[in-house]
Amino acid sequence: MATISADNHGLRLVVRYVVLTLIAVIFIFPLLFMVMSSLKPSDQLLRDTASLRAFLPVGDIGFANYADAFSRAPVALFVFNSVLVTGVTVLLSLFLCSLAAFSFTFLNWKGRDLLLGIVIATLIVPFETIAIPLLLLVSKLPWIGLDGLQFGWLNTYRVQIIPWIADGLTVFLFVQYFKDLPRELIEAARVEGASWWQIYRRIVMPLAGPVLATAAILKFLVMYNQYLWPLIVVQQESYRPVMVGLQYFFQLDTAWGEIMAYLTIITVPVLAFYLIMQRAFISSIASTGVKG
Amino acid sequence: MKMTATLTAALLATTVWATMAAAQTDLSMWYHGAGNPKEAAVLQTIIDDFNASQSDWLVAVESFPQESYNDSVVAAALAGNLPDIIDVDGPVMPNWAWSGYLQPLQIDETKIENFLPGPKGYWDGKLYSIGLWDAAVALVTRQSILDDLGLRTPTLEQPWTQEEFMGALEAAKATGTYDYPLDLGMAWTGEWYPYAFSPFLQSFGGDLVDRSTYLTAEGALNGDAAMAFGEWWQGLFANDLAPGTSQDPAARETGFQDGKYAFSWNGNWAAKNILETFDDTVFLPAPDFGAGPKIGAASWQFGVSSASKHPDGASAFIEFALQDKYLADFSNAIGLIPPTASAAQMTENYKDGGPMAVFYDLTKAQALVRPVTPGYVVEAKVFEKALADIANGADVADTLDAATDEINADIERNSGYGHSE
Repeated sequence: MATISADNHGLRLVVRYVVLTLIAVIFIFPLLFMVMSSLKPSDQLLRDTASLRAFLPVGDIGFANYADAFSRAPVALFVFNSVLVTGVTVLLSLFLCSLAAFSFTFLNWKGRDLLLGIVIATLIVPFETIAIPLLLLVSKLPWIGLDGLQFGWLNTYRVQIIPWIADGLTVFLFVQYFKDLPRELIEAARVEGASWWQIYRRIVMPLAGPVLATAAILKFLVMYNQYLWPLIVVQQESYRPVMVGLQYFFQLDTAWGEIMAYLTIITVPVLAFYLIMQRAFISSIASTGVKG
Repeated sequence: MKMTATLTAALLATTVWATMAAAQTDLSMWYHGAGNPKEAAVLQTIIDDFNASQSDWLVAVESFPQESYNDSVVAAALAGNLPDIIDVDGPVMPNWAWSGYLQPLQIDETKIENFLPGPKGYWDGKLYSIGLWDAAVALVTRQSILDDLGLRTPTLEQPWTQEEFMGALEAAKATGTYDYPLDLGMAWTGEWYPYAFSPFLQSFGGDLVDRSTYLTAEGALNGDAAMAFGEWWQGLFANDLAPGTSQDPAARETGFQDGKYAFSWNGNWAAKNILETFDDTVFLPAPDFGAGPKIGAASWQFGVSSASKHPDGASAFIEFALQDKYLADFSNAIGLIPPTASAAQMTENYKDGGPMAVFYDLTKAQALVRPVTPGYVVEAKVFEKALADIANGADVADTLDAATDEINADIERNSGYGHSE
């Protein structure tokens, strides 16, 4: 009986791993296709799409597409712009949204619940519906810089950063997480005479690793994939991000090999960021599931 | 002594140049060619030549990717951030002029008298834009295919009739050699549909809109001629004569060269690659479906934005760019059709006996510009959807009636787009 049970266990394990492997393959195939295609000339790339050769490093393999991509467009500049805009936005967003969530969760003030409801309600407003009014607004906003007072934020980094710092989803994530922190910790700190800032900085945020990772990853993806907003507020190449830069490769005679090389290059920062944050992200998802 | 003289001369030249540059008024220009180094190089040459040719104006260009260029311009117009000079796709020009993004050009129109009609951007009786090239579509095949199928080679004077064209497709299908007899390029979406396929409708006698008033599509898009076109169009896919909307983009790119199709409906921009593959490539004129053979016309053109405070300078640059040598440079660099016969003679591909000279003749003989109305931008999208639906089996009459209603509603919503009875 024990033998049969062990066999069943082994069989289940095999089936489980086969299924997991299949799922992993399904998820990894697009990436594999992208990387392999980036190494092939366009004509071979298109021919190979009809078979499994599309996923294999076979035929005329080389790095010519990468060199061509760099000569067609300022790839490094686009990646730098996106990483800069994304990085600054993520950091500012984590700080300001967590502060807002802290206030919504732990402080008592008039209209708090109503305002939180309004903030969360913004989740159902698609960005496309406010893009034009926002464009009209930022095109007139003042700014004091090295050249003195100026009006209009178009063609700057700040126009790609500031409107995206605060958002309902990030505040919501922090609020949900903060609500589950033991109240006793906060009350004990208050009794000991800690200020709200000290509680935020020394108690709440050190416990907020998982939600910081989740919010950072979600924000990173939103910002790194920005297309419509930079398209309408940036008319100078020097401020363009990667997704608008992708359009450089769609010509009358589309260079598919170069597109795949470009996509491979711009995917690297995303993968790197995800791998760095992966442990905390999974921990956050898992803990959310347990509590759910 | 010699060294001192050289240094003095260099210093003097630099000072003169710097003074001249400082005296020049800046003109900003937006262009749709980002990501195309060859095109950018030609444009930069024109700009450099213009800037050096006079002391009043200094043009600087900012390039945009073509796919998102129109959106960028519209957003900039809303934000009041347009440059002095913009380029505009020919069929979109009336919309931008009507929307107030463009102002009429101030150029000597005798200089464009000998231009092909497509590159001339007239709307409401005024010249708003002018193109340095045109584009054309042809029925691409090989002489050996025509010979194998026993087909007459159509000419500009005597293009294929509908019966001959359909006979050619059926003959190709009967060989069993090809995946499909005809590649229409259904994998390409967007402007390709109205640009490449509305000439079929016009050759049947229909149109996207009634051009006598531009106030309705009634009768043009859902009349007898349009219905006949719709039935014919649907038949191409129902009878497996052409791949439909699910065509693999890879097959569109290389299918003809790979022998999947006997005929390909394709543009002059693709001709170079095909010519390199087959030395017996032939470019045939569009068939005549009853109302004369038609192909599309008008490509990108230059105009002056309404925001420009220096329309005289902007127009001076555009007029400067109309020289034959620049028209030829653009053609040699990116393969497009020069708008004048004299410029065509200066090119490798379009001079008499050149491998693509037929495209110049095709444009001259068969080209019909898309409806010259601000409403075209909507009409094009409605037409694209209708054609895709019909190709996928939708009822022809219902689809064309619905498309007609949608276009009419849009014209009404916009108070006729400035047109009146």
